[in-house]
Amino acid sequence: MPINYYIILAVALFSIGVAGVLTRRNAIIIFMCVELMLNAVNLLLVAFSKMHYENVAAFNPSLQVGGEAQLFVFFIMVVAAAEVSVGLAIIVMMYRNIHSVDVNFLNRLKH
Amino acid sequence: MSITEILFWFLSALALGGALMMVTSKNPVYSVLWLIVVFFAISGHYILLNAQFLAIVNIIVYAGAIMVLFLFVIMLMNLNADNEPQKNKWLKLAGAVAGGSLMLVFIAAIRQTEALKIQQVNTGGDIGLIHSLGKTLFTDYLLPFEISSVLFLSAMVGAVVIGKKGD
Repeated sequence: MPINYYIILAVALFSIGVAGVLTRRNAIIIFMCVELMLNAVNLLLVAFSKMHYENVAAFNPSLQVGGEAQLFVFFIMVVAAAEVSVGLAIIVMMYRNIHSVDVNFLNRLKH
Repeated sequence: MSITEILFWFLSALALGGALMMVTSKNPVYSVLWLIVVFFAISGHYILLNAQFLAIVNIIVYAGAIMVLFLFVIMLMNLNADNEPQKNKWLKLAGAVAGGSLMLVFIAAIRQTEALKIQQVNTGGDIGLIHSLGKTLFTDYLLPFEISSVLFLSAMVGAVVIGKKGD
């Protein structure tokens, strides 16, 4: 598969995530759109790692390159899991205080 | 058209359609379910790229753990389409136009790069299997691996402290 297809797919997913962050006001949906953007970047990292492997394996098939990019994806997932746990705790606390998840009520950082 | 291409186009259409439905559905529960569809499609892409370890981790961590957490929070707050905050039509249009413009800028930028046009993605190899990934993780990336456990511990403490009632 050409790498351009994967780039365009990842760009489209990322842009849908950006549009979702801009158009929705529910804090949880905004959070989910951020997860979608992270996943688009993960997909692109894996595609580039296989592209790098293709380039090197053509000359030296015994070399094992490209595994680092997939470990980066693994660490991105680790950070995303930590981020989700803290972010959802913040959203639950916000819901307890103002009884809504509308981010429009949070524009003054106090109530 | 080979089976790999058919699978690629099918999974791409599934991912894009699921993402669009996720952004546009009124009910937050449906949004979560569509996002799980997107994650399964991306896991299918990982399998197509022969990155089986990441495909399994993606399903377990994202579709299994994170989305269940989202679903629990949404059901805890009893959110549905009725109390979904409404936004101005023009602001929605402006957000969609801004996202589309960002995509156009990215695509215009990668169209200019000559070096990427001839590059192919290898769907074989065993760099994505657990054997070689584990070897790299526990030799070259041992310190980041240990530090990520500290990150998890701090995130757990932070979530408990923030979520605690009263202070």
